[in-house]
Amino acid sequence: MRADQMDSIFAALADPTRRAILARLMGGETTVTELAEPFDMSLPAVSKHLKVLERAGLITRGREAQWRPCRLEASPLKEVADWLDGYRRFWEQSQERYQRLDHYLRQAQGKEEPDDQQHT
Amino acid sequence: MADLKIVADPGTHQIVITRSFDAPRDQVFKAFTDPEAVAQWWGLRGSETTVDELEARPGGRWRFVERAGDGSEDAFHGVYHDAAAPERIVYTFEYEGMPGHVLLETITFEEQDGRTHMTDSSVFQSVADRDGMLASGMESGAAESMDQLDEYLAKGR
Repeated sequence: MRADQMDSIFAALADPTRRAILARLMGGETTVTELAEPFDMSLPAVSKHLKVLERAGLITRGREAQWRPCRLEASPLKEVADWLDGYRRFWEQSQERYQRLDHYLRQAQGKEEPDDQQHT
Repeated sequence: MADLKIVADPGTHQIVITRSFDAPRDQVFKAFTDPEAVAQWWGLRGSETTVDELEARPGGRWRFVERAGDGSEDAFHGVYHDAAAPERIVYTFEYEGMPGHVLLETITFEEQDGRTHMTDSSVFQSVADRDGMLASGMESGAAESMDQLDEYLAKGR
């Protein structure tokens, strides 16, 4: 994913209304009117949010001018999740390594039987 | 006890990891420098670490090979610059799967009330190297992660 694409995805996600719209779209294709319903917001205001989401590649909108159903595009979000995953893995791997050291130190001090794998 | 803290300030060449252990300092120092000890805890859960060499003294060499459940292997090596028991070890670190990206690691141990506080400072050759390590997870042998890391580092050149 290009850096500028990732920038626009994070900018799109940095708004609670847009995050709520994405969550709603996980339930399936929805019209603009239905999306606007839970918010105390005019249709043009909701449309602005939809434009941001569309430009970030997170949603696509149908062609039928009257209904224009919106649909979630899951793969850009998956790419961002994969990118974040590296950081999660770094944290987890550090945790794992030191937990194994804890286990070794307990054994070495006679506080535990060797090969006592109860925590791994 | 599981008080792991990882600090990597933006735009710097460093990662600082701190953690404390429920054991006296000389035991923790030994865990890091005794080949038989290291083989028992170093590396990822589900992997087996073989200590090919470990000479914890100035100029000494070290090399570990980590074998994952699927049989794939990752090897790491370097040279010791200092091993002052029980307080400090200093060594270079290179992942053989990505040669040419070397870091300098300094680990210090302080003891208080029978517990040991460890500070592990890794200094990278570039901010991009440091960021790449964080973004990919350590020791990730998966080809996919390495490709991503390569791309990331290539952008930083």
